Amino acid sequence: MTAPPGAPDLETRAIVKRFGGHAAVAGLSFAVARGSFFSILGPSGCGKTTLLRMIAGFQQPDAGEILIGGRAMAGVAPNRRPVNMVFQHLALFPMMSVAENVAYGLTRRGVARAETARRVEAMLERVGLPGAQARRVHELSGGQKQRVAIARSLVLEPTLLLLDEPLGALDLKLREHMKIELKQLQAAFGTTFVYITHDQSEALVLSDQVAVMNAGRFEQVGSPQALYYEPLTPFVAGFVGANNRLAGQATAVNGDIVELVTPQGLVLRARRRGSIAAGDAVEAYVRPEVALLARDAAALPPGHPVLQAAVDSLLFDGANSAVLLREARTGLELRVALPQTGQFADLRVGETVAVTFDPERAVCFRSGAQGG
Amino acid sequence: MAEARYPRLMLALLLAPALLWLLGLIVLPHVELAVLSLRARIAPRVYETSLAQYRTFIEEPLYWHTFVRTAVLSVLATALTLLLAFPIAWTIAKIAHGRSRSLLFVLCLIPFWVSETVRTLGWMILLRESGVVPQALVALGLAATPPELLYHDATILVGLVYTSLLFMVVPLIGALDTLDDALIEAAYDLGGSGADILRRIIIPHAAPGITAGCIVVFMLTVGNYLTPTLLGGKNSLWFTEQIYTQFITRFNWEQGAAFGFLLLVLSTAIVWAGLKLAGQRFGDVMRRT
Repeated sequence: MTAPPGAPDLETRAIVKRFGGHAAVAGLSFAVARGSFFSILGPSGCGKTTLLRMIAGFQQPDAGEILIGGRAMAGVAPNRRPVNMVFQHLALFPMMSVAENVAYGLTRRGVARAETARRVEAMLERVGLPGAQARRVHELSGGQKQRVAIARSLVLEPTLLLLDEPLGALDLKLREHMKIELKQLQAAFGTTFVYITHDQSEALVLSDQVAVMNAGRFEQVGSPQALYYEPLTPFVAGFVGANNRLAGQATAVNGDIVELVTPQGLVLRARRRGSIAAGDAVEAYVRPEVALLARDAAALPPGHPVLQAAVDSLLFDGANSAVLLREARTGLELRVALPQTGQFADLRVGETVAVTFDPERAVCFRSGAQGG
Repeated sequence: MAEARYPRLMLALLLAPALLWLLGLIVLPHVELAVLSLRARIAPRVYETSLAQYRTFIEEPLYWHTFVRTAVLSVLATALTLLLAFPIAWTIAKIAHGRSRSLLFVLCLIPFWVSETVRTLGWMILLRESGVVPQALVALGLAATPPELLYHDATILVGLVYTSLLFMVVPLIGALDTLDDALIEAAYDLGGSGADILRRIIIPHAAPGITAGCIVVFMLTVGNYLTPTLLGGKNSLWFTEQIYTQFITRFNWEQGAAFGFLLLVLSTAIVWAGLKLAGQRFGDVMRRT
C-alpha cells in the first residue's frame, strides 16, 4: 500500500447512507490517525454497523467519500480494499483448519505455498497460538477463536482493521480478559484499529480516540478522558459512564456556574457547558463518584450546598458499590458511589445521610443541546 | 407412568409399523427375488439352481448396453439437475425473504401437484411433431418443417431433470440455509473472488446436502420407468423397461428378478463411488439432511 505520507489511515468526507427515508449515517466526516485505536460507541440502531460496512465496502454510501490510506474507495470492492474485518461472531471458516483460515487471504493473493506457511506460523506465534496450525476451529476456546480471527486479518497487513463488536458474544470474565489482549495486540502490531461497540467500558478501556455516535451523527470525538470528564452534549454525558441526570430550569448564570432549580424545588449548582441563559430549561449531570457522602454533615468539606437524603437501596458491587438516595425534602433520586475505604460498609436502608458535590465537577447543558 | 416403566416396549411399539413395512414390503420380496433370480427353468414346472439368468445378461449385448446407458444417462441427469437446482436453491435460501421466498418454493412444488403421468404427457404435447414447440419453431422461421423433438436422449434428460428438480432443491435449501452469511462476507473481505468463495466456502458447507440430493435424484432417475418410456419411446432403452418386459411381456420372472438385482447392485455401486469421490460418509449425509 503506497499511501501519501501523512495521510490519515481512514478519512470520511460527509458520508450519508439512507434506508428508505431514514438516514442511518447522516453526513459524517472524520479522520483516524495512523496506528491509533479508534472506537465508535453508540446504542444499537445508531448507524455504527452501517458505517463500518461502508468502510469495509459491503455497502455503498449514498453521498460523500471514504478514503483509506489516502486513496478514494468509491467503486473498490471489499476484496480489493486494504481493509480487513473481524466479524461479530468472528466468522471463522469451520470447514478449514486454523492454518487454512489464516492462510486464506494469502493464498488468494497468490503468495507461494512455503512463504504462506512461514507467515502463518509467524502470525500464530505473534497472537500467542504457536503450533496451532492443524487444529480445527471447533476445538478452540472463545478467546483462541478471537485470536485466530485477528491473525487471519492481520496476516494480510491491512491499512485498517475493522472490528464489529467482537467481544459481544463472550461471557463477562473472558470479555474482560480479551479487552486487555486486544489492546496489547493493537499496541504490538501498530495497525490502525476501528472498533465498534455499544459497551462504553470497552470503548473507554481500549481506545485512543472514541467517537460517540447517536442517530447517524457523531456527538463527540475525543479521548476517553475527555468524553468522561468534558462531555460536549447531554447524550454523551448520559451515555458514557454512569450519571445522575437532574432536569430543571436555570435561575442564574454566574460565569461558568449555573444555578438551577428542579421541578420539585431543589436548588443545585453545576458547571456550564455551552451557552445557557437564566430561564432556560437545563439538565445537569452529576457522576456517582463526584458526590460525597457523610453520616454527619459536619464531616463534609465546606463551601458547597449540602442535601439530606435517606438511603433507598444499597447496590453492592465490590469496588463499584453505590447507594440510591432519596432527597429528604423533594424526593429526588440520586445514585452515589460508596468510597473504597469501607467506612460505609454498615450503611443500612432507611438511614439518613448528608450529600454534597463540587459544582465544578458536575456539568449542565441547555436541554436538547446538539453536538457540533 | 407407563412410558417410563416400559421404555423398551414403547419403543418397540412405536417402531413396529416401520419395521413391519421394512420386513414385509422390502426384505421379503427381495429374498423372494433373490431366490427367483438364482434358478433356471429346465422343463415346465421344473427348476434348478443356476446362474443362467446372470449369464444371459453378460452374453446378450443389448442387456448390458442398456444397463451402461441407463447408468451414464442417470449420472448425467443428476449432474444437470444439480447445476439447475443450485441457483434456484441459492435464490430461495439466500436472496429471497419472507413472502417471495415462500412463493418461489411453491413454484418449485406446483408441478408435483400433477401426477407424473400427466406431467410427462404435458411434455409430449409440447414436444411432439405437431406439438406446441415444433409449430412455434416453424412459425418463427427457425425450421422449415416441424422437427420431431420426442424420442431423443436429450428429451429423456429434460424429462428426468424436470421430474427430479424438487428432490435436489429441497436438500440444497436445507444445506444453504445453515450457511452463515458472515462466512461469505469474511471470505470476500479477505480477498476471495466469487468462484473462489463458491469452491472453498459454499460447496464444502453444502456438501452433505449436495450429496443427499444427488443420491435421491440418482435413485429416482435410475429406477424411473414412465419418463424414459414415454419421452424416449420404444427405443429409449432404459433398464427398468427390460425388467418390465421380462416380468410382464415375456413372463420370465427369473430373468426379471436377476435384472432387478443387477439394478440394485448398480445403483448401490454408483452411490458408493459418488460418496467416495465427494469424500462424504453415508451416515453423515443422512444425519445432516
